[in-house]
Amino acid sequence: MLAKRIIPCLDVKDGQTVKGTNFVQLRQAGDPVELGRAYSEQGADELVFLDITASHEGRKTFADMVERVAATLSIPFTVGGGINELRDVDRMLSAGADKVSINSAALRRPELIDEITRHYGSQVCVVAIDARQETDGQWQCYINGGRIPIGRSLFDWAHEVQERGAGEILFTSMNHDGVKTGFANEALAQLADNLTIPIIASGGAGRMEHFRDVFRQGHADAALAASVFHFGEIGIPELKQYLRNENISVRL
Amino acid sequence: MEVAIIDYKAGNVYSVIHALERLGIRPILTDDAERIRKADKVLFPGQGEASQAMTYLRQHGLDQLIRDLKQPILGICIGQQLMCRHSEEGNTDCLGIFDVDVLRFQPQRHEEKVPHMGWNSLKLKVESLELKENCPLFKGFDNGEFVYFVHSYYVPVCEWTMATTDYIQPFSAALYRDNFFATQFHPEKSGSVGERILRNFLEIEKLRK
Repeated sequence: MLAKRIIPCLDVKDGQTVKGTNFVQLRQAGDPVELGRAYSEQGADELVFLDITASHEGRKTFADMVERVAATLSIPFTVGGGINELRDVDRMLSAGADKVSINSAALRRPELIDEITRHYGSQVCVVAIDARQETDGQWQCYINGGRIPIGRSLFDWAHEVQERGAGEILFTSMNHDGVKTGFANEALAQLADNLTIPIIASGGAGRMEHFRDVFRQGHADAALAASVFHFGEIGIPELKQYLRNENISVRL
Repeated sequence: MEVAIIDYKAGNVYSVIHALERLGIRPILTDDAERIRKADKVLFPGQGEASQAMTYLRQHGLDQLIRDLKQPILGICIGQQLMCRHSEEGNTDCLGIFDVDVLRFQPQRHEEKVPHMGWNSLKLKVESLELKENCPLFKGFDNGEFVYFVHSYYVPVCEWTMATTDYIQPFSAALYRDNFFATQFHPEKSGSVGERILRNFLEIEKLRK
């Protein structure tokens, strides 16, 4: 049976992970390559590396890091952050990334999705969507790291993303992100039940039960989290054992 | 040991190269017939589209070359599909090493998404389990190990199937005939399980003795 995926997300700035970590056995705690390897050994199914650098120099450092990750890691990994055009995608894939995640750039110029999938296939194109449920109950998409509303409904945009050929959608609920009270299961289920491409849930993980619920109630294909893994609040082996005990298909 | 990766411009081959390098092998990436013919082992990976891939292989005379190879060759993902008779993808005639046709997944229920993407488990054919020495790729394997898949087309279960995976229906996760080996999944992306499969492939002669 196809396993539900657990995906740690690493924020990388100037070649170093920026959030804390409990991996005391690492020689360099901030090194994304070492951290990625540690997660892989613990049973992470995929990894996401997000480049949160702004400078040109930092971008180059990130590409170097991607090369080192590709040489070290034997599980799939996605890179995102600062991918605005086909040339950026090419640079990341040439460095050895398996998939790229695009966000604001896709909302600004949706044709980018068509271009990526035509050149490299659907499977490399992950479209990340940051959305907030407004007081009127509607889900609206935001760009620039959740700073600017762009006047598109989440469900409308998600459909377009699928029609343009994206391979997966990574949906982050801004209402749930960082709150640690569980994922946006209602909106996730609505996405998962109406689309035919896999949905990666992001935002809200705090306890192991939240992962069970996002698969059972949110019908997500994968769940992404950052701080609960980085700070050691949830260990991936324990999480997977728990999910298996809850009859959710996971890779052990 | 000389390991050749057939270069036919079908997607990203870096991960295969890196996986071999982690096993201490420095493979050559080439479409040169002579170098491929002389290699001890040949890998035939890829993620492209079937008709374009076959066009490239024919234009470079690699289609007949692959059929005639005598050393162990491992097709991966679209490599496995191209080793079959025909593919529904682009209505393409393929290499015909395995006399079976490649079909597109037809979801029966909503949660069956296409592409089949992610980790799924292998079920080794009973005969393979009983005769492990005849099935070098899965030497030392048990049922239920997880490997990584990304594909929209599949090879039905046939007489050359060594391992099956269940998605929508059981399909061929791996094929084997003479010196021809193929996996639908990506061993180069399947963690330590995939690493063992690649190592087994590299050691086939030793395993057969």
